[in-house]
Amino acid sequence: MVPLSHYLILGAVIFAIGVLGVLIRRNLIVLLMSIELMLNGVNLTFIAFSRFLGSTDGQVMVFFVMAVAAAEAVIGLAIIISVYRHRQTLDPQELQLLKW
Amino acid sequence: MVTAGETITTLDLLRWIPLIPLCAAAFNMFFGSNLGKASAGMLATSAVGASFLIALYVFLRLPAAGLFSDMLYTWIESGGFQVRLSFQVDALTSVMLLIVTGIGFLIHIYSLGYMAHDEDMARFFVYLNLFIFFMLVLVMADNLLVLFVGWEGVGLCSYLLIGFWYHDPNNVIAGNKAFIVNRIGDFGFVLGILLLLTELGRQGVWSLDFAELQKHVRLLSPQMITAITLLLLVGAAGKSAQLPLFVWLPDAMAGPTPVSALIHAATMVTAGGYMTARLHFLYALAPGTLEVIAWIGAATAFLAASIALVQNDIKKVLAYSTVSQLGYMFLAVGLGAFSVAIFHVFTHAFFKACLFLGAGSVIHALGGEQDMRKMGGLRSHMPTTYRTYVIAALAISGAPLTAGFFSKDLILWQAFSHGALGLWALGLLTAGMTAFYMFRQLFMVFHGELRAAEHVRGHLHESPPTMTLPLVVLSLGSIFSGWLGAPEYLWGSKWDRWLAPIFGAQTHHGSLESEILVTAATLALVGAAIYLAYLRHGRAVATMTQEAEPRAGAFYRLLLNKYYVDELYDRAVVRPFTASSAWLARVFDPLVIDGIANGIAGTARRASELWQGLQTGNVQHYLVGFLVGTLALLGYYIGQP
Repeated sequence: MVPLSHYLILGAVIFAIGVLGVLIRRNLIVLLMSIELMLNGVNLTFIAFSRFLGSTDGQVMVFFVMAVAAAEAVIGLAIIISVYRHRQTLDPQELQLLKW
Repeated sequence: MVTAGETITTLDLLRWIPLIPLCAAAFNMFFGSNLGKASAGMLATSAVGASFLIALYVFLRLPAAGLFSDMLYTWIESGGFQVRLSFQVDALTSVMLLIVTGIGFLIHIYSLGYMAHDEDMARFFVYLNLFIFFMLVLVMADNLLVLFVGWEGVGLCSYLLIGFWYHDPNNVIAGNKAFIVNRIGDFGFVLGILLLLTELGRQGVWSLDFAELQKHVRLLSPQMITAITLLLLVGAAGKSAQLPLFVWLPDAMAGPTPVSALIHAATMVTAGGYMTARLHFLYALAPGTLEVIAWIGAATAFLAASIALVQNDIKKVLAYSTVSQLGYMFLAVGLGAFSVAIFHVFTHAFFKACLFLGAGSVIHALGGEQDMRKMGGLRSHMPTTYRTYVIAALAISGAPLTAGFFSKDLILWQAFSHGALGLWALGLLTAGMTAFYMFRQLFMVFHGELRAAEHVRGHLHESPPTMTLPLVVLSLGSIFSGWLGAPEYLWGSKWDRWLAPIFGAQTHHGSLESEILVTAATLALVGAAIYLAYLRHGRAVATMTQEAEPRAGAFYRLLLNKYYVDELYDRAVVRPFTASSAWLARVFDPLVIDGIANGIAGTARRASELWQGLQTGNVQHYLVGFLVGTLALLGYYIGQP
């Protein structure tokens, strides 16, 4: 049986890849996808704990996260389309209006 | 002090005496301009007339030693200290009520004619009614604080009315001067009230009611009473235009003439005398203060009369005459003869109002001319005005059996019989000068040849009946009002008996013979002064135009320039004040005040400039910060044992 630590490391790696993507990619759509990646890293951790502790609490939480992620993806993509229509770009470096 | 056996009766009617003029003022303020000039004036006049009728009713119902009171509500309540907004009418107040509403009513009627050509007549009557309201509050107050409300209110109305024709900046300046000089006096007045309150409070009596004060006045130490009365005196000197605060009253003549008659002759300026008479129980315990008052009064009377000798403006003469007569009132107060002082207030109200209204009638006929050198010979053109003016001039000069004769003689007799010969001599000389300047004025204005400008002569006319009727009534009062206070050797004084419950019976020193002798001396001097005025101004018509020539040299110029008091105040007070204000505005304000404000703002701005580079607007930069913060917190908690 694969030990818990493998799952946890995999979850952490996926999460870290997500964080890195959010921080360095220059496309809002990829940013959104990276956020999904972070959520999935967390989900994996939940599931692993749920399985190894014999409790379903983690699985319930995962369903919540998936529901929220779906809603978030919808709204996020809508915003991105709207931004693109106004600015003709999705580069976060071009979108710097909120400053002094 | 006779207070025992006093009966206090509640009478709800009292509140309507001041409230009716207040309602009329409020109504005219909002609807006066829609109402039309004549209707607004009629409304205001009938409101004061109604007050007069109620005052008359109250006066007739008032028992000899009684007191009507009417409490509206409790104004201030703090611990044991209570101030109620309530009115009272006793013998003293009833007299003042009749003066204020009676003379006020006549002057309202007069104003209907005098102000008929003025665009702003409704506003004028609003102020006038408001003045009557505050003056009634002042005289009807049953405690010092309500009295002070009225005191400040009449000052405000005086200011508003002096500057009534505000298009001329000089009038506005005169109004400001009156207001500011009165502030100085009122500052002393407030300090006096506060000192009285705290000192009595220290003895366990927290009250400003006159009745309570009178009951507990003995708790105060004599030094404290002297201090309190001196502070209150500052207020009285300001309001009643006494030395050294008299400078505002002559300038106050910039207002319309009915205002000069009502506020600056008959009523408001006597408030100082009224206040001291109201607090006579306090002043009676401060002989030092009384002496100061007497000397201030006598000196004011003398100096003001001497200035009036040479003035050429018809209203300025009367203004200084008023200051001088107010000096007489203070002299009487200072001698402890409070009922005599109020008696002079009473008679003075008639003849001085009559003189001012007569002068107003002349000014009206001459289209605004106030220089007596450009008058003359008006006797035949304005017979009614002339006759009433003669009567009033005789009354103020103290001709036998006129009002001024009785009241002024009583004051001089009081001074003489108290052995204060210096005061008496000043008063006597003042009486002589009074007769001289009044008849000088009479001859210059009404006798001789008409020296008016050509364009004025065409519409020379006697004033309309609304203006002459008050003149006639006041001239009758100038004779008969004095008969109430006749000396013992004639038919005795009803006046003293009426006011005896308040001031106590007046004690008479000295014999009847000496009293008659003092009277004879005064009369001789007055007669001589009138004759001198006749010699100088009654006959020598041709030389009248050269009146302004400084024939008597330096002394004449000194008097003409009013002893340079205004210039002195200008140098000593006004200029240093404006100079220091200018310095503050030029140096202190930009450097210190602006420096503090700008310094704080600048520091904040520089601090933000330091940090504003952090705000790039790039969401990914913020997220790095977010991540670093989260990791740091995480590391901190994991690192905890």
